[in-house]
Amino acid sequence: MKITVDEPKCVSGGQCVLAAPEVFDQRDEDGVVILLNDAPEASLHEQVREAAAICPAAAITLQES
Amino acid sequence: MNRVVVVGASAGGLAAAEALRRQGFDGEITLIGDERLAPYDRPPLSKQILDHRWQADQVALRSQADLDALKLDLRLGVAAVGLDQGRRSVELADGTGVPYDALVIATGVRPRRTSLAGADDAAGVHVLRTLDDALGLRARLRPGRRLVVVGAGFVGTEVAAVAHTMGVDVTVVEPVPVPLAHAVGRKVGLFLTQLHADRGVDLRTGTTVEEILTDAGEVTGVKLADATIVPADDVLLAVGSVPNTEWLAGSGLTIDDGLVCDEFSAAAPRVYGVGDVARWHNPLFGTAMRIEHRTNAAEQGMAVAYNLLHPDSPRPFAPVPYFWTDQYELKIQCYGYLRGHEECAVVEGDLDEGRFVAAYRTGDRLTAALAVGMPPKTVRSWRSVVAARTEWSAVTGVHAAR
Repeated sequence: MKITVDEPKCVSGGQCVLAAPEVFDQRDEDGVVILLNDAPEASLHEQVREAAAICPAAAITLQES
Repeated sequence: MNRVVVVGASAGGLAAAEALRRQGFDGEITLIGDERLAPYDRPPLSKQILDHRWQADQVALRSQADLDALKLDLRLGVAAVGLDQGRRSVELADGTGVPYDALVIATGVRPRRTSLAGADDAAGVHVLRTLDDALGLRARLRPGRRLVVVGAGFVGTEVAAVAHTMGVDVTVVEPVPVPLAHAVGRKVGLFLTQLHADRGVDLRTGTTVEEILTDAGEVTGVKLADATIVPADDVLLAVGSVPNTEWLAGSGLTIDDGLVCDEFSAAAPRVYGVGDVARWHNPLFGTAMRIEHRTNAAEQGMAVAYNLLHPDSPRPFAPVPYFWTDQYELKIQCYGYLRGHEECAVVEGDLDEGRFVAAYRTGDRLTAALAVGMPPKTVRSWRSVVAARTEWSAVTGVHAAR
């Protein structure tokens, strides 16, 4: 799995951090998403899929390998 | 079960369809939308679309390749007009019937139309729900033009902020004395109102628009209850929304300001409601609610997909609702359920500095927390305090322990 985030689209909702805290974080100053790991291990994939699905800005794109 | 029909091709319907596939459903999924466009996102309409930061195609929720991968029977530009539960069939406006084994209803809401004289056919009268609405309004907003926003809710105030920033002369008319007070309480309502007043938006509160004035089919202004005339080139009606449930009349489903669903988001066996249209019982708050927030549509779509595939072991849908609104440079975020709150207290930061968390009490519980200008970790931490159904008396303790 390869993750990309579209920072300009991010609305700083933090839903991705709630869903997958080991993969996503937020910048302190404006809450925009920080991608901690763009190729997480398999055990995290389900969380990441959930994060991408609930992102209110559709700013997380996944490429499943 | 082989055929799932999802009526409504916006965020909630798409989330349900995607979650069905993600959870391994390989039967047929028909996704029906009354708009001709592939699923797109609505929050940017009053934000990035209106102020030209985005092109129209940037609101697409998924790429064509991602949509193709879902292998949907996608029926766009055709509305559902009827439901026959006995025959398990959705009737479409083009006369076709679409049979289902399970049905997801995600038909959303539409803007409430007022019965204002002159409101219906004049050029320059707008509502804002669809991409076409947003592009139509955007095409008319230019520096020096005059916009009257009827209704100071979240859509109305977001548009007012964007239009004012674009150099448009903005007047907002709102019948209640403190805009948004019914939603966020008087204190926060006054704070948000002041944001607009400080920047020179003309706020007319405690009054109503009686008539939209036109000349040769073009808007020229509005007449207020006290007979004051506010000249305008455009008028945005932002006075709330109405659930799209008319097509369910006679179906046997219960309609009461939305499609009535149980705690599993089920409206009937194998029939589920998702998003703005669904009034379901949220067991976390112990009350029925209908939530018109973007994130709820996605979360409920996912929850319904699970329950649809696991009818013998469904999970209650018990989310902490979340919404945000952008007003000028400020982002306002809220976790919880504000409706019917009895008390609001600032528990972190300072309202006068524009950095604060406001907590809301219903009964003896904290039911919502609204944050402005606070760090993301702080905002997220309040979500869990709301989710824990924390006693109100402990909220100051939470604050002290931080």
